[in-house]
Amino acid sequence: MSAQQPLLSIRGVQTFYGKIQALHGVDLDVYEGEIVTLIGANGAGKSTLMMTVCGTPQARHGSVSYCGEDITYKPTFEIMRTGIAQSPEGRRIFPRMTVLENLMMGGMVAGNEHFEEDLRRAFELFPRLKERQQQRGGTLSGGEQQMLAIARALMSRPRLLLLDEPSLGLAPIIVSQIFEAIAELNRTDGLTVFLVEQNAYHALKLAHRGYVMVNGTITMTGTGKELLSREEVKAAYLEGGAH
Amino acid sequence: MQARQRDSLLVASLKDSLGGAVITFALACVMVGLKVDVASGRGAELFLEHRWLAVATAVIVVFAGRFLLNMFFWKREDAPSIGISGFLPKGGLGTGSANMLKYGMLVLAVVLPFALMFWLGSRGSRQYIDLAILVLTYVMLGWGLNIVVGLAGLLDLGYVAFYAVGAYSYALLAHYFGFSFWICLPLAGILAAFWGIILGFPVLRLRGDYLAIVTLAFGEIIRVVLLNWYEFTGGPDGLSGIPRPSFFGLEFTRGEGGFADFFGLKYNSIHRIIFLYYLIFIMAMVTNFVTMRLRRMPIGRAWEALREDEIACRALGINTTNTKLTAFALGAMFGGFAGSFFATRQGFISPESFTFLESAIILAIVVLGGLGSQMGVVIAAVVMIGGFEFFREFEEYRMLVFGLIMVVIMVWKPRGLVSSRTPSVALSKNAKGISADLVQEGHG
Repeated sequence: MSAQQPLLSIRGVQTFYGKIQALHGVDLDVYEGEIVTLIGANGAGKSTLMMTVCGTPQARHGSVSYCGEDITYKPTFEIMRTGIAQSPEGRRIFPRMTVLENLMMGGMVAGNEHFEEDLRRAFELFPRLKERQQQRGGTLSGGEQQMLAIARALMSRPRLLLLDEPSLGLAPIIVSQIFEAIAELNRTDGLTVFLVEQNAYHALKLAHRGYVMVNGTITMTGTGKELLSREEVKAAYLEGGAH
Repeated sequence: MQARQRDSLLVASLKDSLGGAVITFALACVMVGLKVDVASGRGAELFLEHRWLAVATAVIVVFAGRFLLNMFFWKREDAPSIGISGFLPKGGLGTGSANMLKYGMLVLAVVLPFALMFWLGSRGSRQYIDLAILVLTYVMLGWGLNIVVGLAGLLDLGYVAFYAVGAYSYALLAHYFGFSFWICLPLAGILAAFWGIILGFPVLRLRGDYLAIVTLAFGEIIRVVLLNWYEFTGGPDGLSGIPRPSFFGLEFTRGEGGFADFFGLKYNSIHRIIFLYYLIFIMAMVTNFVTMRLRRMPIGRAWEALREDEIACRALGINTTNTKLTAFALGAMFGGFAGSFFATRQGFISPESFTFLESAIILAIVVLGGLGSQMGVVIAAVVMIGGFEFFREFEEYRMLVFGLIMVVIMVWKPRGLVSSRTPSVALSKNAKGISADLVQEGHG
């Protein structure tokens, strides 16, 4: 795997919010066809790293490259048109627009050539959305909103899907459903997934490889299984959550 | 299939109406039909009065009313019969009745000047047509601002600036170059759109309160410049003698070659008023048409998405800069059109016409009508502008009454008169699930 060029490569990234440094030189790689997860405590800088990939905020030092192309200083909307799609933290669906309109927004960048096909695919993946297509986004349950956020991201036909805490605030059974859908996407479509999670147990079980972030630096890396069995990871992130 | 459905609807409606009539009869017999009264005259003798005509009327009204409602409004396969839900229409203002209201108002707007002429004669109707022109001007301004505030969610308190730019563009071009209204109309729109972009650039990063303050300042700057640039704009004296529009080259003047002469009519100054009415009507409808079309296109959907969540928009690869600028530019353009119409109607403009109060009224129309709702703007404009004239008899209490009405509307309908947002797209007729009309607003 390491012989090929990574799809997403993050090198020595330092990101600041004003004077406060959030990321202290992060290196991370995501290869084609992988599910990679980044776990860490609240405020470790996980979401900041993901947002840095998207260009808001931009990295002050270091570089982010996608498909070998440097995207560090590209504007966000251009980055999101290169085959990267994101399901942002807190889902951020459009509450007053219907499910269908939300999905159309996701597919806007891709044009409407494949729209119907992509829509069918999204509804296959999340049949619940099909039932609710005329309902407003804001009236969906939390789990349905998360499904919508992921489906919306998929409408742009991405090669790389960035997921920011998809399990946030959801019931365990819904979390399982969503993670199952992510695994399915990776298995059948070969979609590359970069997943930021606090739910370390689920995320590491799902992922091929994982990174652990503490205070803006990567402290550990390894395959999902390896990290799950590490004592430090167990102690810090799996206490009580391993079911 | 269609006929059968219609048939069963008819039968069901009839049954239901008959049921209603029977119930009415039973109740009315006792409650309306028999009346105990004290006979006046000799002593206080009680006697029973029979009122069968009133009972019959009640029964017929209930039967006919229920039948009509069943047939045309409560379009249900099984007509409502028993249970409280049967007494309620299917879900607020159904699409059928909303459409009827829309077309009804459209027809009313088209025939209004002639209907007024017919009833009140040309002299009596003039003030009402003038008022209708004013209302339509505000409808157009409301629709223009609706693009910026209602659809794109950018709170603009200086919309009157574009109205002023449009008005002054026409007045100045006519004054210095002698251009006619029809040449100046598009130019005024373009210039206003240009100013919209100029305003848009510095405020791209701002939202909500901050944006409101900057746009407010912008509106004032334009007015202050117009007021102080005496050599060019005439300052507080304003510009007068602004040429009137012609009807395909025909002036509305008395005598040879005028409009009345050409069509063999007797000259009457009301012709121009009616012409102005239809002119602003068409301009407003163009604004509406363009907005409705854009709403179904990617750019319109991007505006609405921008109003909902800017960060999500960027995450979906939408160029928020361009999206905002187009909203500002288009909104400004329609404001500019309305401005040049205002100039040509008044024949005189001065900075006094473009104060902050105007912006506030236009914004109030959009907010009271329901952000993003085209129909709401119309209703609100009629209520606000028409009502303002209507309440003249209250004199000094007018503002009080007016303010009270606004407060009541906002308490009663916090999201404006027409608060339901119609989705811009639906996949197919058989799409099941709960229709958007039935669902309460999300937390937006």
